[in-house]
Amino acid sequence: MGIVEAILLTVITAATPLVLAAIGELVTERSGVLNLGVEGMMIMGAALAFAATQVTGSPYIGILAGIVCGALFSLLFGFLTLTLVANQVATGLALTILGLGISGQIGEPYVGMSGIKLQPIVIPVLADIPFIGPLLFRQDLIFYISIALIIGVHWFLFHSRAGLKLRAIGDSHGSAHALGIHVIRTRYLAVMFGGACAGLAGAQLSLVYTPQWVENMSAGRGWIALALVVFASWRPGRVLAGGYLFGAVSISQLHAQALGIGIPSQFLSALPYAATIVVLILISHNRRVTLINTPASLGKPFVPDR
Amino acid sequence: MKKLILALATSAAVLGFAAAAAAEDKTKICFIYVGSKTDGGWTQAHDLGRQALQEKFGDKIETPFLESVPEGPDAERAIERMARSGCALIFTTSFGFMDATVKIAAKFPDVKFEHATGFKSSDNLATYNSRFYEGRYIQGQIAAKMSQKGVAGYIASFPIPEVVMGINAFMHGAQSVNPDFKVKVIWANTWFDPGKEADAAKALIDQGVDILTQHTDTTAPMQVATERGIKAFGQASDMIKAGPETQLTAIVDTWGAYYIKRTQAVLDGTWTSGQIWDGLKDGILTMAPYTNMPDDVKKMAEETEAKIKSGELHPFTGPIKKQDGSDWLKDGEKADDGTLLGMNFYIAGVDDKLPQ
Repeated sequence: MGIVEAILLTVITAATPLVLAAIGELVTERSGVLNLGVEGMMIMGAALAFAATQVTGSPYIGILAGIVCGALFSLLFGFLTLTLVANQVATGLALTILGLGISGQIGEPYVGMSGIKLQPIVIPVLADIPFIGPLLFRQDLIFYISIALIIGVHWFLFHSRAGLKLRAIGDSHGSAHALGIHVIRTRYLAVMFGGACAGLAGAQLSLVYTPQWVENMSAGRGWIALALVVFASWRPGRVLAGGYLFGAVSISQLHAQALGIGIPSQFLSALPYAATIVVLILISHNRRVTLINTPASLGKPFVPDR
Repeated sequence: MKKLILALATSAAVLGFAAAAAAEDKTKICFIYVGSKTDGGWTQAHDLGRQALQEKFGDKIETPFLESVPEGPDAERAIERMARSGCALIFTTSFGFMDATVKIAAKFPDVKFEHATGFKSSDNLATYNSRFYEGRYIQGQIAAKMSQKGVAGYIASFPIPEVVMGINAFMHGAQSVNPDFKVKVIWANTWFDPGKEADAAKALIDQGVDILTQHTDTTAPMQVATERGIKAFGQASDMIKAGPETQLTAIVDTWGAYYIKRTQAVLDGTWTSGQIWDGLKDGILTMAPYTNMPDDVKKMAEETEAKIKSGELHPFTGPIKKQDGSDWLKDGEKADDGTLLGMNFYIAGVDDKLPQ
């Protein structure tokens, strides 16, 4: 295996949780709901996935536990902001703090344990293609799901009636409501989809990236995913590109350090953030297109007049 | 928001603690932790020390603690409530509690304070630290013996004297066995991020190192080393569970020995302040069992450890040149503590540019 291939494999592992959490949040935000609790849902998913894997011995049950846990945890956010119309920003922040606390409790018996790593699924024939075979077709289930989700969400948002309705709600919940679309019900589903994706991203952390449980192991990846959604101007393809760009620059800077090329490490550590922001701003420079893609009702409370 | 909730949580914890403590007449030895007591790293090591202390003195003392106390104004409040509640001795176990501890120590001259890893002391405020570099020197020697390629990877956290000192000690230990030994350094710029630590480990291994050591807190690098089939050193606690076939040894923080010594001094009325910097011989750090290595390497490591303990060997003994080629220590000269505690340069042979 060449060094380029080795680097790319590391990049894929580093980018997958960002892409997963971001694509979920993208759907949530497209419906007009801003959930800042991604970090909290992610860490809950990581804790539950690890615990379920340890108890049952199967990482696939762990994945399921992560997804379900993320979705249920986001339901709490949904109830507070959609039914009780609480402030979305404050509730999202509280969800993150709550998630970090509860996951620490859940994970306490598992600190220091060696985890069970999710094994790759080799796709016959395709896996034997030189270079791209080992990169793309000898991966774990969560990677395949992340790519499928990007394609699926793109199709859903821009080529399906249900997606059109969801975008309509995000742009003007008043008009959508007047047209007879179920605003609150759709938003509940969008919030839960975001939670499930964040939970799956968490499962990737504790089953693939670093198969272990340590408190606060998401270490800010939820916040990076949130930023990716905005800088990708709510487009699934750009979320994928942004996530992989961030991963690629993060890993490259580590290699640059190990080579000892003498650039200050503080600068190199900041590079992934700077590079991703610059590139995503450049590709979204068309203000009209950006404006069209921004959900106009984002973060605004909706109370249906009865 | 986060600050507010933490503040509320801290106040609630402090109130509960004060109420419970009112009726007792045992000597109170109190602890302030920056993290959770099950963080698997720094704070857990301190809490194990506290448990060893409690076990040693049994009914004579009690050892209340506050965990996850944020550094800053909240720390000051937490320490003050501890002091008011009748603690005889308070250990504040994070560098960032320094100024808060200094302030409260001045307010309560009858209470004794000890601050970990800091440098500000007074009549009733001592500082304590561990000579981790002694263990790093031994690790360097083992690395030079065990490495086929003569290159080790070093995952560092932040360019502070403590960490730079560790890299130099590791390098000097390795050079004492193989003068051409190389160390590749990656600065993760974090103490704690399993993902990033794993990425750094992968990058180092992809670039050809076959021994890994770390100055960050999680077992992620140990796991990567296991996956890739190379050897590694544990950090802060015995990480053998994460790499039964991988770990050569680990530097284990064993604060308990120190806590017992200082508590005994308080009970005897002989406690004095000072800037205490204990090492292997005092038991404040210990080496995890030497595993996964041939007997001759193990023997060498044990001999070095014994020599350091007896004072026969100081890891930083000249001749040592700085990275820029200038002389640091003359033949036979030993480094003084002041220089070590403020170390901001590499010794010759480190293959990295020190971030300033």
